[in-house]
Amino acid sequence: MTALLPRRGLAQILALIVILAVDRVVSPQFFDLRLQDGRLFGSLIDVLNRGTPVALLSLGMVLVIATRGIDLSVGAVMAICGAIAASLADTHSLAVVLAAALGAGLICGLWNGFLVAVLGMQPIVATLILMVAGRGIAQLITEGRIVTFSSPDLVWLGNGSVLGLPVPVVIALGMLILTGAVVRGSALGLLIEATGGNARASELAGVGTRAMILSVYVWCGVCAALAGVIAAADIMGADANNAGLWLELDAILAVVIGGTSLFGGRFSLVLAVLGALIIQTMNTGILLSGYPPEFNLLVKAVVVLTVLLLQSPKLTGFAGIAARLRRTKP
Amino acid sequence: MQNSPDPALPLLEVRGISKSFGAVRALQEVDFTLRAGEIHALLGENGAGKSTLIKVVTGVFPRDAGIVRIGGEEVAPRSAKAALAAGIATVYQEVNLLPNLSVAQNLFLDRQPMRFGIVREGEMRRRAKALLAEFGLDIDVAAPLSSYSVAVQHVTAIARAVDLSARVLILDEPTASLDRHEVEILFGIMRQLAKRGIGIVFVSHFLDQVYEISDRITVLRNGRLVGERETASLPRLELIRLMLGRELAETTSARASVGEHKVREICASFENYGKAGYVAPFNLELRHGEVVGLAGLLGSGRTETARLVFGAERADGGKARVEGAPVRLQSPRDGVRHGFGYCPEERKTDGIVAELTVRENIVLALQAKRGLHRPLSRREQDELARRYVKMLDIRPPDPERPVGLLSGGNQQKVLLARWLATSPRLLVLDEPTRGIDVGAHAEIIRLIRELCDDGLSLLVISSELDEIVTYSDRVVVLRDRAHIEELAGEAIDVGNILAAIAADSVAVALEAHT
Repeated sequence: MTALLPRRGLAQILALIVILAVDRVVSPQFFDLRLQDGRLFGSLIDVLNRGTPVALLSLGMVLVIATRGIDLSVGAVMAICGAIAASLADTHSLAVVLAAALGAGLICGLWNGFLVAVLGMQPIVATLILMVAGRGIAQLITEGRIVTFSSPDLVWLGNGSVLGLPVPVVIALGMLILTGAVVRGSALGLLIEATGGNARASELAGVGTRAMILSVYVWCGVCAALAGVIAAADIMGADANNAGLWLELDAILAVVIGGTSLFGGRFSLVLAVLGALIIQTMNTGILLSGYPPEFNLLVKAVVVLTVLLLQSPKLTGFAGIAARLRRTKP
Repeated sequence: MQNSPDPALPLLEVRGISKSFGAVRALQEVDFTLRAGEIHALLGENGAGKSTLIKVVTGVFPRDAGIVRIGGEEVAPRSAKAALAAGIATVYQEVNLLPNLSVAQNLFLDRQPMRFGIVREGEMRRRAKALLAEFGLDIDVAAPLSSYSVAVQHVTAIARAVDLSARVLILDEPTASLDRHEVEILFGIMRQLAKRGIGIVFVSHFLDQVYEISDRITVLRNGRLVGERETASLPRLELIRLMLGRELAETTSARASVGEHKVREICASFENYGKAGYVAPFNLELRHGEVVGLAGLLGSGRTETARLVFGAERADGGKARVEGAPVRLQSPRDGVRHGFGYCPEERKTDGIVAELTVRENIVLALQAKRGLHRPLSRREQDELARRYVKMLDIRPPDPERPVGLLSGGNQQKVLLARWLATSPRLLVLDEPTRGIDVGAHAEIIRLIRELCDDGLSLLVISSELDEIVTYSDRVVVLRDRAHIEELAGEAIDVGNILAAIAADSVAVALEAHT
């Protein structure tokens, strides 16, 4: 399990500390926590809670990117699964609602995985299909309306608390531990990294690269489904037009901030989630600061650039290997 | 400065060119001379340094030492474009033009006839048509290049190069994807250009074509110049000897060491195994404790045989048996499941996972074989890595170092370790000693013998005939994608292998290539 917390996370942790410090300056109450009705409140909790969807997405995305792929459809999958959950919430039990939503996410993942692993399509194009079609499917499910619900079970999923922590945060933490256990507890992690590092060589070494690729897209779909259910539960309704909109980009950003290369290979689950938290800490900080939201995007860009520059010795290290490999090829 | 068209003066003179990539010396003091109006074949096995030489001469790679003169004038192009300006044009096997543009646009790319900043399409087409007519080509020049055959694309590339006033034309494997008729057309054009005084460098591994078209032959081997001869006075056997072997005498003694083993059991056998258009059906028996060498020229079907045997390529006919039981080899996974291992020729693209550590690279195949749910614990991984790093003397002895940072020889050892960790019954090694330094070379050969003594069955491909002769118990000779002869025992020597490869085969070769 040592690979879950690699030494290379220093840049990300440093970045998070700096952003937290800046947030403290613009909003003096930033670190204040108070306990009310058995639940913690405060900006920090807010960051964790708001960051949950992107954190969940990044858990799937980091595995997909490790195989040298990308999944642009996660935002749309969120919308589909949120719509399914919202439509069923008032008539079915929570178990059925969850099973239907997660099942839909799994099918979406299988579709993406099939296109990439079996048909050999380029991941960016293959997942673009569902990115576009998914919103349409979600709108068909909600029949173009915003579907609201009042099922207390589902509402609890978005707004309840466990041991003082918001339920979404607990779910995200649970998914991180589950994913980590599955990926690093089995040989999956190594085989995924090998597939992403050199698919041809891995295939020749007997690795079932297709199965690897298929399974990461499926997992990505399930993570997106969970994120979609939580997002719907949070607002007690499903908005097919806006649920998860552009979140695929935040998820990719989180993975990249977490130090996983878009060229595949080595990945870190913990750092990807940390990347999601960094993004959310910035978002919350800018909101609290009272600056016009237009600044949000600019500041985000600057911070992302900074984190990537902090990682650059490592990047140049690998660039060095790549250059050597190219040069030695006669 | 002498620029007169003196026929005695070489058109292109390359003197003492050296080039190293890291520790690997790709070219060592190579000389090459091209005279005006001559078609000069540049030959050598894979890795001999042909493409490196071309790339150094045309400025794609910087050179470490040596000079290049064109028409007596020293040039040092820094890019392919600069080389073209100096009069050297290269046409590669994969034509480097733009398939989506029209033929005319390709011919006049970067220098379209303009008026008031607008391309004069009509004028361009007229000139393109006239230019191609010189090469006996009458086609619609407005159609996209991709709508024509590879042959037409080649001619277009050549026409463009010649029109850009190239004096030296380098054709790198131009006939590889052409049929017999197209080859004739290309040769006609080459002869015509030579008559005009253009010097042509012809790189090919089709020896029949070399004898048909070239005036002179230069052979490279292991980055060194082995000889320059006139084609007419160089017998085919002698040419192959230049390309593959060292002196015949020195190799015969080494064979004595191959011990007499007990009766060997058959490990795997292949009957009428083959794939259409890939390699002709062959019979092959591989026994425990035995090394079978695959010898032949580049493109003779050696690697193809290896990939079929391992399962990396699916056969379309024939039977495969492992320890007597029939098996299906549909994928590398099948091969691994039956206890096969395969170290491919292209270590970097098909072998190592550069970013992962030595340890992870070593355990990869074993882990894949065991399956997802039975992960090797970190302790077992460390133990395996430590054992093989020690056994194969992998340097530096650090299992946690990314394998991409190791030298070629050590990467090869890591690959060997990967398969040894799976306790295979059959190992297929494709050019195991290619591109590694002399010390590691000898070590790998020693390892091959040792593994064999331990009862492993080995199928080894090598272009180094004396090497094959040293360790093989049997040698299968291939030519034109077919197994043509099997040598065993006393019959294994470089001379016999060369004779088998060189046996006059024009008719067979023509059939195979069309």
